[in-house]
Amino acid sequence: MNLDKLDHRPVAVVGFAQRQMAEFDGSPTCVELLVPLFAELYEQTGFTRKDIGFWCSGSSDYLAGRSFSFVSAVDAIGVIPPVNESHVEMDAAWALYEAWVKIQTGEVDTAIVYGFGKSSAGVLRRTLALQLDPYTQTPLWPDTVSLAGLQARLGLDSGLWDEAAMASVVSRSLTDAESNEYAVRRGGSSVAELLARPLYADPLRKHDCAPVTDGAAAVVLAAGDRARSASEHPAWITGIAHNVDSLQLSRDLTAAPSVRRAGQAAGLHGIETAAGVIGSAGIDVAELHAPFSHQELILRRELGLPDDVRINPSGGALAANAMFASGLIRIGEAARRVWDGTAGRVLGHATSGPLLQQNLVCVMEAGH
Amino acid sequence: MGGFDKLNQRKLAAVIGVGQTHHRAKREDVSMAGLCREAIDRALVDAGMTFDDIDAVVVGKAPDLFEGVMMPELMLADSIGAVGKPLLRVHTAGSVGGSTAIVAASLVQSGVHKRVLALAYEKQSESNAMWALSVPVPFIMPVHAGAGGYFAPHVRSYIRRAGAPLHIGAIVAAKDRQNALKNPFAHLHNKDTTVESVLASQMLWDPIRYDETCPSSDGACAVVIADEATARTVDSPAWIHATAMRSEPTSAAERDQVNPQAGRDAAAYLWKQAGITSPIDEIDVAEIYVPFSWFEPMWLENLGFAAEGEGWKLTEAGETALDGRLPVNASGGVLSSNPIGASGMLRFAEAALQVRGRAGEHQVDGARKALGHAYGGGSQFFAMWVVGIEPPSN
Repeated sequence: MNLDKLDHRPVAVVGFAQRQMAEFDGSPTCVELLVPLFAELYEQTGFTRKDIGFWCSGSSDYLAGRSFSFVSAVDAIGVIPPVNESHVEMDAAWALYEAWVKIQTGEVDTAIVYGFGKSSAGVLRRTLALQLDPYTQTPLWPDTVSLAGLQARLGLDSGLWDEAAMASVVSRSLTDAESNEYAVRRGGSSVAELLARPLYADPLRKHDCAPVTDGAAAVVLAAGDRARSASEHPAWITGIAHNVDSLQLSRDLTAAPSVRRAGQAAGLHGIETAAGVIGSAGIDVAELHAPFSHQELILRRELGLPDDVRINPSGGALAANAMFASGLIRIGEAARRVWDGTAGRVLGHATSGPLLQQNLVCVMEAGH
Repeated sequence: MGGFDKLNQRKLAAVIGVGQTHHRAKREDVSMAGLCREAIDRALVDAGMTFDDIDAVVVGKAPDLFEGVMMPELMLADSIGAVGKPLLRVHTAGSVGGSTAIVAASLVQSGVHKRVLALAYEKQSESNAMWALSVPVPFIMPVHAGAGGYFAPHVRSYIRRAGAPLHIGAIVAAKDRQNALKNPFAHLHNKDTTVESVLASQMLWDPIRYDETCPSSDGACAVVIADEATARTVDSPAWIHATAMRSEPTSAAERDQVNPQAGRDAAAYLWKQAGITSPIDEIDVAEIYVPFSWFEPMWLENLGFAAEGEGWKLTEAGETALDGRLPVNASGGVLSSNPIGASGMLRFAEAALQVRGRAGEHQVDGARKALGHAYGGGSQFFAMWVVGIEPPSN
């Protein structure tokens, strides 16, 4: 791809660090994990705090069980003198989007984006029920796993997927997770063996559901020459977009039109620019944020990913799913495949809300 | 950045629609969605648009515990017209209304979108703000005093440092409550508020008296921000001249909580961007986040409208009144309406209304450039913008 032909400013992912674990032995926010993460990013990029033009984070008060839980996170930056900083109550992938937009305005050239959350601080599947309509749904406390079970059942009954397809997603993910030091669940198995395990929330088995995970992650974005100075192989963002569907559970739960729209807007199948359609080459690696096995099948269908695309070499969310950082981790994991030269064009995807309601797609490429 | 700089000069953006609710202690007549729609519908009518014209939606509000819904923008997606579009949710404490408008502006200034709807709301009656702010946090000493108790020592310190007379706060409170009588949307319409009545009201957190505090409100505010081509087709857009956000930590020995560096840095950056060298001479009207009366003189200094220790003199001389040199909070301000998450956007929106000449009874004659300001946390998060009747020249 010729970056000069983009209608927007070329911005690349040049740094990525993460921590994920089953239970973090520390504060209910995990913010103390950010200090070593930022140190790693400085080492990767050669940047110091003063080189960073903008800071943006993603986290949730309800996960931490307190108001203003992000406030103490700025202590990890060391914000004297003060910094240009913002926060989204969303997965940090959307904080990355806000930072990308900020760089597009020309106000800043660099940004650090971070997300953090301690899912184990409460009962996650119950906490997330508070994302539903407070007047008609939440009083019934439909928890996340049960809702996902309904979604999986609808797909099974309509013939969109079968249990073997779900199990093969799990088998591949947990096999790949063996080489991911941050995986909370790992260890591949055969489809037959997986299907022999007991049901957890019919038709879901425990391995179909992302493990409850604590953690944090951070990414460095830089524009143009700043990116080239920080990395020998920047992962250039050639398209990034997000979109949301209705929360109404009466919608077709086996589809996620917002994924498709985000993919199209991110130029997954080519970018329409003033210089014509560019960058329609295939995706080599896709890191998809699918907290339940069948959701990966929905994502692949909505994004139109061919079978030869390498999906989730990190093991994906079924191996570790640190809430509010997990989407950002998908982008970081995808970018790493560009850095190490194993891929030329990659996709990072993030989801938020119940049943794939909100989705973000970030397409990155090696420079030429 | 080589050849990319030219491509990415910040594009012009303007406020072309403003809407707000009638703010009340309890809006039991509407749901959260209904409250938001009241503001959105007014903003869209003002902009001459429908949801079909909107490219993206940005939602801001203070802590989710204030309503008891986790990420409520998800369940509001339908009613705020976000389905099928990009939806962002900003949360930067009390400054969030301002930050939300700035994020929406950046979506246009970057060239990513042409027309963006920004919405901020708080429906405090759904929950209990004091409870939401009082969840015990490990390793952190609880204040157990609410916002007033937290900020009272800062006010005392200001009075001592500036040598300010003790009735300055009452002047601010009486002025803002009188201004609110000219604003049909304001929560408080206390006709008989005078300096004397404020000074006679109950002392809550010495030196802050009852009448010097903001109310707790249900309310929402929405603005439509558009690109240059769209803005040039509408009547009296409010052009965005500059935006700034800065943050500093809650606790640090070297912090000056009375005159925080983050606020001073944000203001310096803002004025420079807007090409303003003397704010007191060049800004015609200011909407400043004043939840406790004394923050008017404190922020006048922090923003550079007055030298350190001199802010109270502007207030005392009546210069911040509607007919003064720099009218502050012509709308009645946070002291008259405080739907927390929306309070910052109300300041930004009221600034836009002033330069558009659409502020109604509380219009300041000849307002050409206006400041919108918000702050949050322990006086540590700042968001501000300058809007003008003309497109920026720099």
